[in-house]
Amino acid sequence: MIKWQLGTVVELRPETPRVASLYLDVPDWPGHRAGQHVDVRLTADDGYQTERSYSIASAPEDRRLALTVERLEDGEVSPYLVGELRVGDKLELRGPIGGFFVWQATDDQAERPLLLVAGGSGIVPLMSMLRHRAAASRKPPACLLDSSRTLEDVIYVQELARLAAAGDGLSVHHTLTREKPSGWTGYTRRIDAAMVEDVAWPKDAMPAVFVCGPTSFVEAAAQLLVAMDYDPRWIKTERFGATGG
Amino acid sequence: MGFVSRGFRGRRRDTASSSRVPPGQYTVTDFPVLSAGPTPRVNLDQWTFSIEGEIDEPKRWTWKEFLALPSETVTKDIHCVTKWSKLDTTWKGVSVDTLTEGVETAAEFSTVFSDGGYTTNLTLDDITGHKAWVAYEFDGQPLQPEHGGPARFLVPHLYFWKSAKWVRGIRLQKEEHPGFWESNGYHVRGDPWQEQRYWGD
Repeated sequence: MIKWQLGTVVELRPETPRVASLYLDVPDWPGHRAGQHVDVRLTADDGYQTERSYSIASAPEDRRLALTVERLEDGEVSPYLVGELRVGDKLELRGPIGGFFVWQATDDQAERPLLLVAGGSGIVPLMSMLRHRAAASRKPPACLLDSSRTLEDVIYVQELARLAAAGDGLSVHHTLTREKPSGWTGYTRRIDAAMVEDVAWPKDAMPAVFVCGPTSFVEAAAQLLVAMDYDPRWIKTERFGATGG
Repeated sequence: MGFVSRGFRGRRRDTASSSRVPPGQYTVTDFPVLSAGPTPRVNLDQWTFSIEGEIDEPKRWTWKEFLALPSETVTKDIHCVTKWSKLDTTWKGVSVDTLTEGVETAAEFSTVFSDGGYTTNLTLDDITGHKAWVAYEFDGQPLQPEHGGPARFLVPHLYFWKSAKWVRGIRLQKEEHPGFWESNGYHVRGDPWQEQRYWGD
């Protein structure tokens, strides 16, 4: 079986007021593919245990394993991970898990342009793909369409700007659904057909599409892309149940 | 017991229902959605349900014919491999026992297949004997597309990925052919009480 192991928290990095990245040193980490996740298990001193799944944010090439976690106030695990956990603490996890929502720069599919559509913390596994792409020698053109509620909710905002500035064929587009900050030049509406036409390749370019976010976001975005005639076989989705996490 | 997560207490455990929650699971009251691709939209005029493969005379029902079959309403606990369990869910549909009545087959395995290309493998033992249904109502309402409507498979004693959404038929087979998630790292059987989540569990 995929064995449980202990990682050590070596860095905690706040990403937004509700989201933080946990950098872990995991001695026996077997390696992963971009897009996979881990199971995290917490154990109380009376033996009670609970498990949740979290997407991996780091690239396979990165030395440390990174998880990026959104704190859900009514959750059982995420307030522990974002709030209680400190550098030096140990965290029990196993993985990597999932063989479908993955992207590898060395795959045949990697010749297709990469279209990534993120809603909120749904960007986490897509960030692993972008970090992997940045480290790869072969880089297909890539486009990230990233939807957040407000400017301060945008995760990885500076790193995304750096990656897009590298001039290696990546474009990053943000849209805000609940705020129009002064001076903001990005979109301020939900993702729609006009926006996809603006930023992404037409369906004839047959992009490999990855959509990740809350269920309602993923349903709407995937349905939109299908209605625009993108090939459903090339649209992979991952939904974040904002439930009990 | 070795490792303890420093500073973790966890929720107060609900002892009344905890015996119904398999290891590593937590209960939810809403109904999360998980699927690997876009939700297929199905035209009911073209919908059919088939039983094929190792069977002398394959069976097929149209939507109308399917609704006319004897139905059952069952209340079951369901368990998703992503860790949520939902207790006391009520479904209406047709028992696989009804669908396979009178079928003679040498098959011991099956592949349940869906619109959109999804498949999952199940032994005949796991889908007969009042253990599996093809459900078209949830909580007294037609099953919504994101939850697998118009009809989904329901095998509540196994992890919920076995309860294929948008189901269109059962292929009877002499050998076991791993389905979609079973080929992508997930356990070939998926018994939540044995925590058979992933390959090798």
